[in-house]
Amino acid sequence: MPDQLVWGMEVFLNGLMTGVLYSLVALGFVLIFKASGIFNFSQGVMALFAALTLVGIMEGRVPFSHLINAAFGTNVHTFGWTVPALAAILLTMVVMVALAWAVNQFIFRHLVGQEPIILFMATIGLAYFLEGFGDMMWGSDIKNLDVGLPQGLNETIDEVTFNLFGYGFFIDNLDLAATLVAVLLVIALVMFAQYTKYGRAMRAVADDHQAALSVGISLKFIWIMVWSLAGFVALVAGIMWGTKSGVQFSLSLIALKALPVLMLGGFTSIPGAIVGGLIIGVGEKMFEFLVGPMVGGATENWFAYVLALIVLVFRPQGLFGEKIIERV
Amino acid sequence: MLDTNENEGYVTEDGRRIGGVVMEMRNITLRFGGVVAIKDISFDIREGEIRAIIGPNGAGKSSMLNVISGFYKPQEGEVWYKGAVRPAMKPYQVAQQGIARTFQNIALFDGMTVLDNVMTGRIRHMRAGLLSQAIWKGRAEREEVENRAKVERIIDFLEIQHIRKTPVGRLPYGLKKRVELARALAAEPSILLLDEPMAGMNVEEKEDMSRFILDLNDEFGTTIALIEHDMGVVMDLSDRVVVMDYGQKIGDGSPSEVRKNQAVIDAYLGVAHD
Repeated sequence: MPDQLVWGMEVFLNGLMTGVLYSLVALGFVLIFKASGIFNFSQGVMALFAALTLVGIMEGRVPFSHLINAAFGTNVHTFGWTVPALAAILLTMVVMVALAWAVNQFIFRHLVGQEPIILFMATIGLAYFLEGFGDMMWGSDIKNLDVGLPQGLNETIDEVTFNLFGYGFFIDNLDLAATLVAVLLVIALVMFAQYTKYGRAMRAVADDHQAALSVGISLKFIWIMVWSLAGFVALVAGIMWGTKSGVQFSLSLIALKALPVLMLGGFTSIPGAIVGGLIIGVGEKMFEFLVGPMVGGATENWFAYVLALIVLVFRPQGLFGEKIIERV
Repeated sequence: MLDTNENEGYVTEDGRRIGGVVMEMRNITLRFGGVVAIKDISFDIREGEIRAIIGPNGAGKSSMLNVISGFYKPQEGEVWYKGAVRPAMKPYQVAQQGIARTFQNIALFDGMTVLDNVMTGRIRHMRAGLLSQAIWKGRAEREEVENRAKVERIIDFLEIQHIRKTPVGRLPYGLKKRVELARALAAEPSILLLDEPMAGMNVEEKEDMSRFILDLNDEFGTTIALIEHDMGVVMDLSDRVVVMDYGQKIGDGSPSEVRKNQAVIDAYLGVAHD
């Protein structure tokens, strides 16, 4: 088998796995957009904030230690304990639910019925606030995150492919784990949205507020629930990306990778976020592999956006979005 | 005159027995800034009856319905429900108490199927909590099956089986109205509020809707309060009628009484107010 083809297969597989990670971030956007019509620019920062909080709790750091030390002249940084990963994840989830409550209580409750652009601006404000708040709370140094996920070369795949093609594929265990988690997460979310009382209520609120009220749905409860779900998805994305590349400011930029995914898949479709993520993950890796060498590389930065633009021209609602029909 | 003794109920003109008071509006006044939409109105709704609120456009009928369903809060007066004053409540809490409604301009969940729309009506009867739904599947599943059975009965009753799986957004107007009615009925409400159920319908659709309203009152014993400005339809349907004009109550009684009421005749024929 020609080398080029075998390498191509490896690139394809790695693209799929990267795509899964993009999908994870895009999912958070879709959840909030579907239920409240808010395009949540702060989704990426939420992932950063979740990862920061997780590291902070695991390492037993004192939140706001800089502030406390400056105010009281003390010198505390850690509590001197460490928290096991699973417990820390649960505690972080509690923080994310509290954040969801606060976001609704202090911002979006007051903006009910406003134009989408105003809501969007509010999420930009929230993004920058949260970024600063996260730094203030946990410090701005780059942190390592290790919740015990497997990392490094998967030897089984390496061996099998070596025996088959005479060339071992490099597939990261972390990517495999991320894929597994993402698949489970998506199945759980879809089941939740389709078959539970709260999922149905969530879709109802997304569709018509008045009608939702008239059947006894509390909008406030659903909004907090949706932001909590988005916080949970952000936490999962934060864990995966944070483990991969360290918990640092650039983590919040993954939101920019989710944008073309959303344009491609449609802002309102959970399956769209998944398929969109995979297409872009595979697309950009394959494009870099095939065309990159001819044009001097670095195509990964723009390929996703160009692909999304092309889709937009032909299908403005995205591949899976709901078609908007206006009657004249 | 109908004998409408508070606790004992009364017998309608067509001979049905009506029960005691379910809801009572006491001296309700509702203002929007300087505009008085409802002025000191009192009336009651009794178990099992079809109660109509009629009046010309702008009489304050819709405002009254919104007060009953908790969407508007009156500045003065009390709403009594099942023998107690209703404290200040959010609309969703009123709905959870068993007051279901439809809307004049139809408020359905367009992206969801007819079945899912009607299922949302059951939300107030679903007890399984967020965690038990996520973790303990058994109970939630059993509940879903029970609710589904009730919903299917209502869907059968309103003759919308053939569109069960159709997204509501694709349906024509008349059917949408019927789906909205089904959703409200699925809540098994103590009072079913219908906001102009016949508005925008052709004669045939109006006849269908009238038949459904009478049948569901008969079959499920549902108490119904409806708003309508089409006098003819209302007189055939309802047991008792409140007539409103310019935010005030100008008549209250059986259809035949109301029809003879001079103030009502004036309001509908447009006699100049001095």
